[in-house]
Amino acid sequence: MNEFAAQHPLLVVALPKIVILLFVMLTALAYLTWFERKVVAHIQSRWGPYRVGPHGLLQPLADGVKFLFKEDVTPAGADKFTYFLAPFLSLSLAITSIAVIPFGPSGLKIFGQATPTGITNLNIGLLILFSITSMGVYGVALAGWSSNSKYPLLGGLRSSAQMISYELALTMSVVGVILMAGTFNLSQIVTSQQGFHWGFVPRWNVIGGPLPQILGFFLFFTSAVAETNRSPFDLAEAESELVAGFHTEYASFKFAMFFMAEYASMITVSCLATILFFGGWLSPFPQTSLFAWSHYIPTAVFAIAGIALFAHGVRYITMFGRVVLPVLGLALLGLGVLFALPAVTEGIQGPFWFLFKIGIFLFIYVWVRGTLPRFRYDQLMNFGWKLLLPLSILNVVITSLAIVLTQR
Amino acid sequence: MITPQIAIFLVLAAFTVAGAVSLILQKHPIHSALSLIVVMVSLAGLYLLQGAEFVAAVQIIVYAGAIMVLFIFVIMLLNAGEEDPGNVSRLAKFVGVPLGIVFLAEMAFWVGRATSHLGPGQREVVSTQDLSTLLFREYVFPFELTSFLILIALLGALVLARREESN
Repeated sequence: MNEFAAQHPLLVVALPKIVILLFVMLTALAYLTWFERKVVAHIQSRWGPYRVGPHGLLQPLADGVKFLFKEDVTPAGADKFTYFLAPFLSLSLAITSIAVIPFGPSGLKIFGQATPTGITNLNIGLLILFSITSMGVYGVALAGWSSNSKYPLLGGLRSSAQMISYELALTMSVVGVILMAGTFNLSQIVTSQQGFHWGFVPRWNVIGGPLPQILGFFLFFTSAVAETNRSPFDLAEAESELVAGFHTEYASFKFAMFFMAEYASMITVSCLATILFFGGWLSPFPQTSLFAWSHYIPTAVFAIAGIALFAHGVRYITMFGRVVLPVLGLALLGLGVLFALPAVTEGIQGPFWFLFKIGIFLFIYVWVRGTLPRFRYDQLMNFGWKLLLPLSILNVVITSLAIVLTQR
Repeated sequence: MITPQIAIFLVLAAFTVAGAVSLILQKHPIHSALSLIVVMVSLAGLYLLQGAEFVAAVQIIVYAGAIMVLFIFVIMLLNAGEEDPGNVSRLAKFVGVPLGIVFLAEMAFWVGRATSHLGPGQREVVSTQDLSTLLFREYVFPFELTSFLILIALLGALVLARREESN
């Protein structure tokens, strides 16, 4: 097997990784919609999805089936080719961007072949991400234009103007990080953040380096929320003004594709924020004997969640839930025990912390949506051009100054 | 012998040429702009094949991402309709077409003589650091001059737009 793998690395190593990651990504997208609906509901004192499966856990499945079987209407006078192209463009670009994200330290071996943890490890990973983001505007703009309808056109115009404006601040805000790391390679950016202040405060870019990038992080996250067209910057789909914005005329699975693209770019932005500012897969605890217990945090988290789910599940209101929830709880508990095995525990640290940090960012995304009111359009433009862009340029200037001063 | 590199080159080249032809033949401005995006992305792929990764990424970010978005934005904003190709003028028909064929033949001749064989040449990846060292050490004067020219053009555009507004 190892020989065969050495001869066909593409077939044996790359292809399975792509298939697995795609599957995981699509499942994560589906359950991200459930997560968002649940969290927003609880913020607004509602229950959220509750009927389809225990705690609405089968709701994404039901939604997917509904999208598949709905009638797929094409508006009269729509530009057919562009109308079909737009959702494909949106979704494929949004999902492609996950290919350059490193999920853990290098050193993963499949059949004796060393391979990056993630699909690929590029020298220009960050630039590739930005080029994919900059192409993402087309999905929205073309969808709005090709629908041959006034609200989508206005929504498409709005969101493409917004995405162009905020892309500048987005790109400028990470220049500080690039200057400190000296590379566009995402794994190298993460490894450049190793080490600890005073032995216990991690030297992540947001609090470490020649100049802590706190300002850079806030600029990045704000413009990233705007770039992904999410609330409070979701002017493109302001339902009180524009029905649903650029995807008003889309039905059935084409609408679902836009929906999935939005969530996929949410995940990408969370990954990027984690990698650039919060040390990617690095553990927040030093690797010393004093902090040796930190290796069992994944086990503890999974075991406690599993036991809690089991205890809650056996008393659930429906019979189906009383079966499914305890089984899920036992599965989590089993995973926790598996992570405690000496052979597994080292390998699981990186991905665990990475996914943990991504989860926090996704929660913040949803939290912001549930809390803040929408901007007015002129406020949005002023905010982007007159505040975020100058501040990000200022951040570049002072960061480079700090680097030059500390190098002397 | 077709190596993967040559195969990828041929596919990208075909996309580039097809995009360029469709750019001229399409009747609707948006379709033309879309064809131009295809040309630019395939060109970026060709740069990548040559090992110029930074140039490839910048090609997509700047040309396909920023400039073409502005094109499409303006076309959408003005709501430009389909164009009627109209009658081809007699001059274009009898002088332009033969002249175009002659130039194309000349180009094919010289390119064919310059590269007698098809195959992978020296392929080295130009790192971003090398590129920036060249730009900011050896060619810093032309580089700054270019940025200054662009600034002047920007200011000129601004002044022209202002004057029109006050009238």
